[in-house]
Amino acid sequence: MPRELLKGNEAMAEAAIRVGLEAYFGYPITPQTEILEWMSRRMPELGRVFVQAESELGAVNMVYGAACTGARVMSSSSSPGVSLMMEGLSYIAGTELPVVLIDIMRGGPGLGNIAPSQGDYNQMVHGGGHGDYHPIVLAPATVQEAVDLTVEAFDLAEKYRNLVFVVADGNVGQIMEPAELPAMREVKRATPEWALTGAEGRERRFLSSIYIDPVYEEVTNKRLQERWLEIQQNEVRYREYYLEDADLVVIGFGTAGRIALTAVRAARAEGIRAGLLRPVALSPYPYAAIDELAKRASAFLVVEMNAGQMLEDVQRAVAGRVPVDFYGRMGGMVPFPDEILDEIRRVAREPRAQADPRVAWLKRLEKVLPH
Amino acid sequence: MAATEQLVYERPHSLSETPNSYCPGCTHGVAHHLIAEVLDEMNLRERTIGVAPVGCSVFAYNYFNMDFAEAAHGRAPAMATGLKRLQPGRIVFTYQGDGDLASIGMGEIVHAAGRGELITVIFINNANYGMTGGQMAPTTLPGQKTTSSPYGRDVETAGYPIRMAELLATLEGAAYVVRRSLHDPKNIRLAKKALHTAFEAQVRGLGFSMVELLSTCPTNWGLTPLEALKWLEQNMLPAFPLGDYKVSPSLAGTRP
Ligand SMILES: Cc1ncc(C[n+]2csc(CCOP(=O)(O)OP(=O)(O)O)c2C)c(N)n1
Ligand code: SF4
Repeated sequence: MPRELLKGNEAMAEAAIRVGLEAYFGYPITPQTEILEWMSRRMPELGRVFVQAESELGAVNMVYGAACTGARVMSSSSSPGVSLMMEGLSYIAGTELPVVLIDIMRGGPGLGNIAPSQGDYNQMVHGGGHGDYHPIVLAPATVQEAVDLTVEAFDLAEKYRNLVFVVADGNVGQIMEPAELPAMREVKRATPEWALTGAEGRERRFLSSIYIDPVYEEVTNKRLQERWLEIQQNEVRYREYYLEDADLVVIGFGTAGRIALTAVRAARAEGIRAGLLRPVALSPYPYAAIDELAKRASAFLVVEMNAGQMLEDVQRAVAGRVPVDFYGRMGGMVPFPDEILDEIRRVAREPRAQADPRVAWLKRLEKVLPH
Repeated sequence: MAATEQLVYERPHSLSETPNSYCPGCTHGVAHHLIAEVLDEMNLRERTIGVAPVGCSVFAYNYFNMDFAEAAHGRAPAMATGLKRLQPGRIVFTYQGDGDLASIGMGEIVHAAGRGELITVIFINNANYGMTGGQMAPTTLPGQKTTSSPYGRDVETAGYPIRMAELLATLEGAAYVVRRSLHDPKNIRLAKKALHTAFEAQVRGLGFSMVELLSTCPTNWGLTPLEALKWLEQNMLPAFPLGDYKVSPSLAGTRP
């Protein structure tokens, strides 16, 4: 396929369509609405299902019902809409159905704003809905990666009968970049042996997340945990930049990771031995890779577009062996490469072990924020 | 002389062998039977997918002998929408209580009807939340005592009962919306006819269909099964008039 100039949201929508999406259910919310609009035009044209739901609550439960038929289905939303979907996502996890959800994150909490943010990290990675379940969470940093991860999301969802979230900040959703889309594939139409299709000439089936006898709920939970172990073993994904001899390891995902890369290159030009690890899957998280780096680097700097939600996962992996510092912008603000470069210089100059690097970070932020 | 054996009744094939867990005298069981008989008579069992609610009928998927999904509280119409859109050749129905449909699931039911979703909804109105122990529902009558309206439903603070059949009948997407009752044999027969017509509306692709069934909850009403039937007749019938609120002209003359 040729490379085309594509907008992130539309590219993800079209990628899903080309790999055989059978149904889309969604509700408008900026900055993801282009996905819904793209689907509203393309899906009927291809004789596939598109429904604009009455709310994200409606959308997620339509996806839930549609997934019960074994079809390739998805929804998309942005932070407040995803919050509303949490009930349904927990049910889908409990019913062990393959579902893909794209979250184009925006500034929060509350109604917040429509600017790019990474404030949904905890909500997406560490649950959000009730009960013990683990979604696979993929975080693209470019339009091309958004396309590729959307394609992969469906395969992963079906392979593990698991939720897969593609979480991109509004920047990835809105940016236009050259990217290559997958070729148009046939819709698969294979029906898994658990799908609800009407009990014609076979035993009845039911799909539910209810196990009223706790004994069986525990059995189900054990199965979910074992699947999660398998996912952790197989599906860790990250990108490394200049890490071979890095003394200072920067960690950032999505847009923050991408901006950090520019800063790391500038730091290298100044002779600072910095490198970047960019988690591509946020769940499962690359703990082992970070553990290895902690054995040879002398400091870490975590960069996020939130108040340090992923920081806590890095701290867990580093386990106090070397200082872990933090720089973040919040509420829809995006850091400039220069800001991150300053942080890299500071940490390279004097790596400081701190119980919570956010205390000093909030102080430093005062210089940047309006009074 | 050897007596000849004559089969006068058998369990509908659309019901499973699993004994249900409804309280004695509860009309949930009657509603299940009627649905199963209608699906048998219309030869739809193997083509049907049901959606169970959260409420006393949460285990409906065990009692019906057909494919079933179990929805979140109130979300059955949305789940049914997803199922039906992906399986347009199948018959999809939801079975929902009044807390499920008229309170927490009000958004989902109104929009499913508004879209003219080709699903059939069986709505059990028993004027309270059965499963959680008899709290006030949107259908609780003014002055009716429940565990969360211990002084009787005070319309000043808790508002008035919501009449779902009347409300949904105003929507153009609805092809068939009626209210029936399960308090005596005559009404049970009429309820069965209505269920038949409701499924017929779906088979013929006419639009959304709903049968509201006035139902008893002897356990939480604190009445014997017989007293409960009387209470329904005396108190619920005046508040929830039986009738056909929307009948698509294409359904004229459809009677089993
Ligand atoms: C989100 C959510 N809120 C509350 C509940 C608790 N709950 C379970 S059943 C029920 C009420 C059911 O009443 P109704 O729909 O009238 O059905 P009935 O039991 O009377 O048949 C409630 C509130 C729940 N399961 N989920
Ligand atoms: S609690 Fe009420 S509605 Fe529930 S099974 Fe018992 S009688 Fe029926």
